[in-house]
Amino acid sequence: MKLLAPLALLGRQTLVLLLHIGRGTIFTLTGLSHILRPPFYGRELGRALLQIGWLSLPVVGLTAFFTGGALALQIHAGGARFSAEAVVPQIVAIGIVRELGPVLVGLMIAARVSSSIAAEIATMKVTEQLDALMTLSTHPMKYLTAPRILAGLVVVPVLVGVGDIIGIFGGFIVGTRQLGFNSGTYLANTIDFLQAADVVSSLIKGCVFGGIAAMMGCYFGMHAGRGAQGVGHATKGAVQAAAMLILTANFILTAVLFVP
Amino acid sequence: MIQLENVHKAFGHNQVLQGVTLQVPQGRSLVIIGGSGSGKSVILKCILGLLPIDRGRILVNGQAGNLSTDRAFLARFGMLFQGGALFDSLPVWQNVAFALLRGAHGEARTKARVVALEKLRRVGLGARVADLYPSELSGGMQKRVGIARAIASEPAVMFFDEPTSGLDPIMTGVINDLIRGLVRELNATAITITHDMRSARAIADHVAMLHEGVIEWHGPAKDMDTCGNPYLEQFINARAQGPIKALG
Repeated sequence: MKLLAPLALLGRQTLVLLLHIGRGTIFTLTGLSHILRPPFYGRELGRALLQIGWLSLPVVGLTAFFTGGALALQIHAGGARFSAEAVVPQIVAIGIVRELGPVLVGLMIAARVSSSIAAEIATMKVTEQLDALMTLSTHPMKYLTAPRILAGLVVVPVLVGVGDIIGIFGGFIVGTRQLGFNSGTYLANTIDFLQAADVVSSLIKGCVFGGIAAMMGCYFGMHAGRGAQGVGHATKGAVQAAAMLILTANFILTAVLFVP
Repeated sequence: MIQLENVHKAFGHNQVLQGVTLQVPQGRSLVIIGGSGSGKSVILKCILGLLPIDRGRILVNGQAGNLSTDRAFLARFGMLFQGGALFDSLPVWQNVAFALLRGAHGEARTKARVVALEKLRRVGLGARVADLYPSELSGGMQKRVGIARAIASEPAVMFFDEPTSGLDPIMTGVINDLIRGLVRELNATAITITHDMRSARAIADHVAMLHEGVIEWHGPAKDMDTCGNPYLEQFINARAQGPIKALG
């Protein structure tokens, strides 16, 4: 029987995964439906927009700036192997806008927002605040989940747009200050090379990633176990699931948007 | 009138309620006593619909409620949770006026604050507490804010889950008097969960003892000491020896 123990463990884990997929799907559909149905909690939405959007700007800005700068250095070093150093502005622009901007912002949001939403809602659950909401005739899905999901869907594309600009700016600073590019030429090459479809795809990815990050935070918070350990598991689960789903969604969206 | 008829509730293999039958007449105060983990709080959550029952029937004024769809059903209830369950992100007055603030703007919001201040005054808390956050309050003050929130909509039915747990004897007396006074003032039907016998004697018209998932004894509070029920006697006299196994 001991020989079969690893298989049993694998089976249990698979069942847990399937359970989460099923529950998560129902939760997602329910959460989205609550966004569209009254009552609406404007103050909660405002609070969520502030938490997910405005307060994430510093971390998004720093991540994008240094990634853009590092990307410029890498492309210059790599391009030098076949005398293609001149493509730094174009590759930085396309790399940031199409891929690194949305993915890194998504992952930063997963780390910062999914964790805080999961911890907050899980703590509310273990301290009976969710039950208290119900006794006050307020549905937790409407009061807690719907505003956060809506905020994620609306504000993360904006963060991605800001991240794209700051990332390109990081590449621009490194390109002009360290790699000897002319600033006018660098900007002209960047603007000429980027297409509207690149920017639109970036914003679509941001919208999807924001929805995923907020949804996972709410889902794991609402399904938290008991006590401090339950809160810890919920937080960890939310970040893991959000990160994995964002990377999976990124692959699927890239394939759908860019592969003819 | 609240009626529970043969109510069963299990969590997995753990049969918590195994046929609870109870009645609480309108305007009376029932205290449910019993050991830790005996399912006292589960009864309240089942009545509110927060936990679905497996078998049996729960009626409030002859009607079964449905929590998920019936807001009017819930509006009849006010509940004090064991830990207060105050919303950390809201100041005290918004906690108290939570149900009144739904969709309220401008003047309605101002009126809700006035109601909150009045309820806080009723539980012995001044206006200076109104703008503090729950984390800035002591345990006794949090309980009183929880009571103020429970009575904000002047409910017909009030539930108190361990209202005096973790409080010093003086604050316990204050909370007991407050609950007794409010229940009389509002002519509310009240169910209180406690294992503090001093609170039970102070608050109860009737007492029910829950043991191993069933009501072991139910009767007027004044009969507790003379009823001769060995389970109740062991419990109220805090004896380690008796029919209730204290360990294992």
